[in-house]
Amino acid sequence: MVEFALPKNSKITGGKTWPKPEGATETREFRVYRWNPDDGKNPSVDVYHVDKHDCGPMVLDGLIWIKNHIDPTLTFRRSCREGVCGSCAMNIDGENTLACTKAMDDVKDTAVKVNPLPHQPVVKDLVPDLTNFYAQYASIEPWLQTVTPTPQKEWRQSHEDREKLDGLYECILCACCSTSCPSYWWNSDRFLGPAALLQATRWVKDSRDEATGERLDNLEDPFRIYRCHTIMNCAKACPKGLNPSEAIANLKLKLVERQI
Amino acid sequence: MSADHTNSRTPKANSMRTPLGKVRKFGPAGSGTSDFWRQRITGVAMTLLILPVVVVIMMLLGRNQAGAAQILGSPLIALTMILFIIASALHMKIGMQVVLEDYVQNEKLKLVSIMANNFFSLAVALAAIFAIFKLSSGV
Repeated sequence: MVEFALPKNSKITGGKTWPKPEGATETREFRVYRWNPDDGKNPSVDVYHVDKHDCGPMVLDGLIWIKNHIDPTLTFRRSCREGVCGSCAMNIDGENTLACTKAMDDVKDTAVKVNPLPHQPVVKDLVPDLTNFYAQYASIEPWLQTVTPTPQKEWRQSHEDREKLDGLYECILCACCSTSCPSYWWNSDRFLGPAALLQATRWVKDSRDEATGERLDNLEDPFRIYRCHTIMNCAKACPKGLNPSEAIANLKLKLVERQI
Repeated sequence: MSADHTNSRTPKANSMRTPLGKVRKFGPAGSGTSDFWRQRITGVAMTLLILPVVVVIMMLLGRNQAGAAQILGSPLIALTMILFIIASALHMKIGMQVVLEDYVQNEKLKLVSIMANNFFSLAVALAAIFAIFKLSSGV
């Protein structure tokens, strides 16, 4: 059956409470998941206090401040710091989101609880192993496929057809949606997950693409797409405001449409 | 060894297969939409049939076998009941299979439980249809 408890080596134990920064007049408590692959210990939660007057407003600012001022071993991914690259996706205050666009003050809890994206193997601290996630994205072949010889200038598309890609192309592949989906937790080896399926929709809907049938054939499977039960966690989690649930429903509609 | 927050079937790093090879595995099964579509059809059918079925059941309450046979002897009523049985048994079968596919991780157990679900649903449908036939024929 589905495993509801964490494996023994993943059970979280008490961690270290770091001293409050000296001279700080206002601090914010951070409870951060820590796991080091080299020390053979179970994961723990360390407690830090961030000096709010010496730090930016976002959760990522807090993590960078901790790394710079308290604990340089704290490991996390980040790059653009403006919600474009998707690197700093993590579970903050129980919800998957981007640390760079989540304000500390939006966390109502007394402490900002930060964990890696759920149900993925952890590389270190807040860094999840997204190998399977990226392979699933690759499996939907996210590029234009045509049989007609490539035109000399460009593949043309009407304004109306271009508009059909709105709400799909903006995905930054941060994995917040897929890792918030219970169906993905239970069957991530066979269910492609909301992010890959959103991108599948993006290419199925692209008027320039000539492999629509093959793309739908690739999804005609009880697990690849039909594990989606429209739970909508994906839409709730998406930091870009996209709706993978709706995109998947569109795909299902197309799969039915070509049969009846 | 990484901290493991995944289920037992999540591809593990120690396999030599490439990640894409693991995802593609046997390829798409080529089915799934028919079950999805049938579940919608049976759902709509049950929604339409539930009211007449409830009315028939209310009419049957407190009657003896002869009275029940008289009501179910009407072809329209018997047919409505049989249609409802077929729709609900098929809906139940597909719904249960979805639950099993979702939660049963052991492949052998999944195979056996899906088979048992098929047998159970068919047995329930046949028994109910037989009961309608028996009552409507007045035997």
